[in-house]
Amino acid sequence: MRPEDLLCPSPQGLYCPAGDFHIDPVRAVPRAVITHAHSDHARAGHGQVLATRETLDIMALRLGAGFAGTTQALALGARIEVGGVAVSLHPAGHVLGSAQVRLDWRGLTIVASGDYKDAADPTCAPLAVQRCHVFVSEATFGLPVFRHPDPDAEAAKLVASVRLFPERTHIVGAYSLGKAQRMMALIRRAGHAGPIYIHGALEAVTGYYQARGADFGDIRPVKGTDRKAFPGAVVIAPPHAMTDLWARRFADPVACLASGWMRVRARARQRGVELPLVISDHADWDGLTATIRATGCEEVWVTHGAEDALVHWAHTRQLRARPLHMVGYGEEEEEDGTSSGEAEG
Amino acid sequence: MNRFAALLDRMAYEAGRNAKVRLMADYFASTPDPERGWALAALTGALSFANAKPGLVRALIMERADPVLFEMSYDYVGDLSETVALMWPRPEGALAHAPPLSEIVAGLASLPKSALPGALAGWLDGLDETGRWALLKLITGALRVGASARLAKTAVASLGGLAPDDVELVWPGLKPPYPELFAWAEGRGERPETTDPVPFRPVMLAHAIEEADFSQLSPGDFMAEWKWDGIRVQAVAARDAAGALVLRLYSRTGEDISPAFPDLLEALDFEGAIDGELLVVRAGRVEPFNVLQQRLNRKAVTGKMLAEFPAHIRAYDLLAEGGADLREMPFRTRRERLAAFVAAHPSGGRLDLSPLVPFASWAELTAARAAPGAFGAGIDAAAVEGVMMKRADSPYLPGRPKGPWWKWKRDPHTVDAVLMYAQRGHGKRSSFYSDYTFGVWTKGEAGDVLVPVGKAYFGFTDEELKKIDAFVRRFTVNRFGPVREVVHEPDAGLVLEIAFEGLARSARHRSGVAMRFPRVARLRWDKPPREADRLETLEALIR
Repeated sequence: MRPEDLLCPSPQGLYCPAGDFHIDPVRAVPRAVITHAHSDHARAGHGQVLATRETLDIMALRLGAGFAGTTQALALGARIEVGGVAVSLHPAGHVLGSAQVRLDWRGLTIVASGDYKDAADPTCAPLAVQRCHVFVSEATFGLPVFRHPDPDAEAAKLVASVRLFPERTHIVGAYSLGKAQRMMALIRRAGHAGPIYIHGALEAVTGYYQARGADFGDIRPVKGTDRKAFPGAVVIAPPHAMTDLWARRFADPVACLASGWMRVRARARQRGVELPLVISDHADWDGLTATIRATGCEEVWVTHGAEDALVHWAHTRQLRARPLHMVGYGEEEEEDGTSSGEAEG
Repeated sequence: MNRFAALLDRMAYEAGRNAKVRLMADYFASTPDPERGWALAALTGALSFANAKPGLVRALIMERADPVLFEMSYDYVGDLSETVALMWPRPEGALAHAPPLSEIVAGLASLPKSALPGALAGWLDGLDETGRWALLKLITGALRVGASARLAKTAVASLGGLAPDDVELVWPGLKPPYPELFAWAEGRGERPETTDPVPFRPVMLAHAIEEADFSQLSPGDFMAEWKWDGIRVQAVAARDAAGALVLRLYSRTGEDISPAFPDLLEALDFEGAIDGELLVVRAGRVEPFNVLQQRLNRKAVTGKMLAEFPAHIRAYDLLAEGGADLREMPFRTRRERLAAFVAAHPSGGRLDLSPLVPFASWAELTAARAAPGAFGAGIDAAAVEGVMMKRADSPYLPGRPKGPWWKWKRDPHTVDAVLMYAQRGHGKRSSFYSDYTFGVWTKGEAGDVLVPVGKAYFGFTDEELKKIDAFVRRFTVNRFGPVREVVHEPDAGLVLEIAFEGLARSARHRSGVAMRFPRVARLRWDKPPREADRLETLEALIR
């Protein structure tokens, strides 16, 4: 028996031959297990979808209610059998509802982690490391230059800047699912009490987080707000909106961007960012390597990101490792921090 | 050091002058002595930290990191100091001591060279990512602060009610870490006594005159002189307590530029303070600005450069003569004393008097401005940028008071060029495409092509900016990060009338020419790109 009999790469994404289902397929398939609701992992048009309640709900908000033939929610930690394979979901610490997919079959355990982080996040359940034989890891920040600082200290920088420049508007670019809501929680924790204004693209998901119990304080839509309210305020928007015509309503804005890519100065400068905030929903280099070690795995498969460096590291630790050369993932982070194109409107 | 590094980091991303002043002032207000003083020294360039070569930095990381991972990281980040700062391993065990800037300054001043690698590694262990980045940049001499010395002094002045010139006046007598300066600025201490025999005297500047201003002014109140196209300097010479002659050359902003002009300082044979224009004069003739440029912004000057580009001062004003301060006197009196002073101190031919331009009416001055050669500038006419009008009764006041002095520049050159690329601006302009690369026609392999000749990012009104921005968004043909290529074909595109002050040959520009001070004068929506100017027209303007 080989691990590939339980899980292998395919053009649609990771495929489980024993259970006949895909994990986070990039094209429509009959049966899919979805790790989290970011658009590069959660696409519309699958026959059956298995995911956490939160992931299914957020997919419905973003893709429409009929995004799949049928859906099935699986609680974190619960198990079901699919074609003889025991499938269970465990917190990945990435965004609300995000899960690692654990497969147990004939004494072999493989964990497909999706996107994950080991840093604390007040808006989602913390990563629960699973002991396994094969660990399938992302490597978005798979270079040792990426070590994310304390997110509270980054949020404190933002709040200090708001105090220093009370006549300017601080626009924080943050991905609309997960990062934006985490920023709201971090900004509150850093002591900013005033209203936080949000771009329309954030409203539905933010409302969902709030309905699930998140307390972000006074959150108001930008739309319909008098321009006079914006000086001294914090505004959160998807990164592309910061350079859109939409941003014209703010006088003398300070462009902030919350992303792990902001660690590298050339990236921040390329985006015209004035206040880079190094806050990421992905594990940094130390997080990736610590998590891989904690799984006790014998083999690492690297899905997307800087695969070469992580594979090299694994080899120096006498771990079997290989890149899967998966395509179609990481676009959410692209939009989050590095895309050169911009949406208009 | 971590806090100073955070300031440098933030300033590196901040484009606005006032915002930079606020950031520095906030740092100075919340940082104790002597930390802030050493920071001020670093910001004003009063202190050099450049003690290490990149090779040392590379050797340190190689002892601590996997070489393959280092190469992959360096390849990704593209900057050695930054790569090392980011991937420097956290020391095992308890948190290392975070070194304050003062400790690093003291260490660099006292440690033998052989101890530097160990000390540097110890400091890096104690700093965070930004701290390590700033330290490595400082120590390899590669830090770009993003603020002038003047701006840092402005920030200090803003701590209390001081004017930047107040700080400028006492600055030459002060030494890092400047405790008495901060005490004064914060109202806790007396004004520091300046002991410098050759202090900088804040410069008096002129307003640009507008057509409408003339009707308010009487020609009889004014004296006029040429405005020379060099750099405004102040040459000061005086004896110190020991009786030795001290000479110093200051830029308009009070920066000490003496080291770049040893030839000039050596020749000066007076005691006093002269306000004048620094020029390159060869064979009795003033060279154009692009020749002078060869001597500017150089750390080291070679003998060849000194011989090829001899520096010269053309004197406008006399601020001090011997120990006497003349600034309260009227301009007419200062001019008379200046003429006698220059005659008495020829300084080996390196100093001469900027002549007055006689006129009885504005019409006469207009004629002189239009043809300086025929009105006394002679063979130097090409180096005349315009005329200066100074009230005969004006005292020498620091700053730019409105009324006593006016500058009236010659009409700029203009060229019709085609908008080729646009880039988003910063700050208030971050959602606008406000930086424009424009080109003119030249012969290509397959017919005429546009070749970029310059970049302009001002000169237009807010309304015009909105219109150009809309044009850029609508007619984008390519995107490269924050840059957009816009349509620029013979019959489709936007023609910009570009005004500029001069042209020079340039090997760095694809067109072979570099414009001085280009700005957008008008939008020529009416003009098809095919009617824009040609490179040959520009080349003909180069003397």
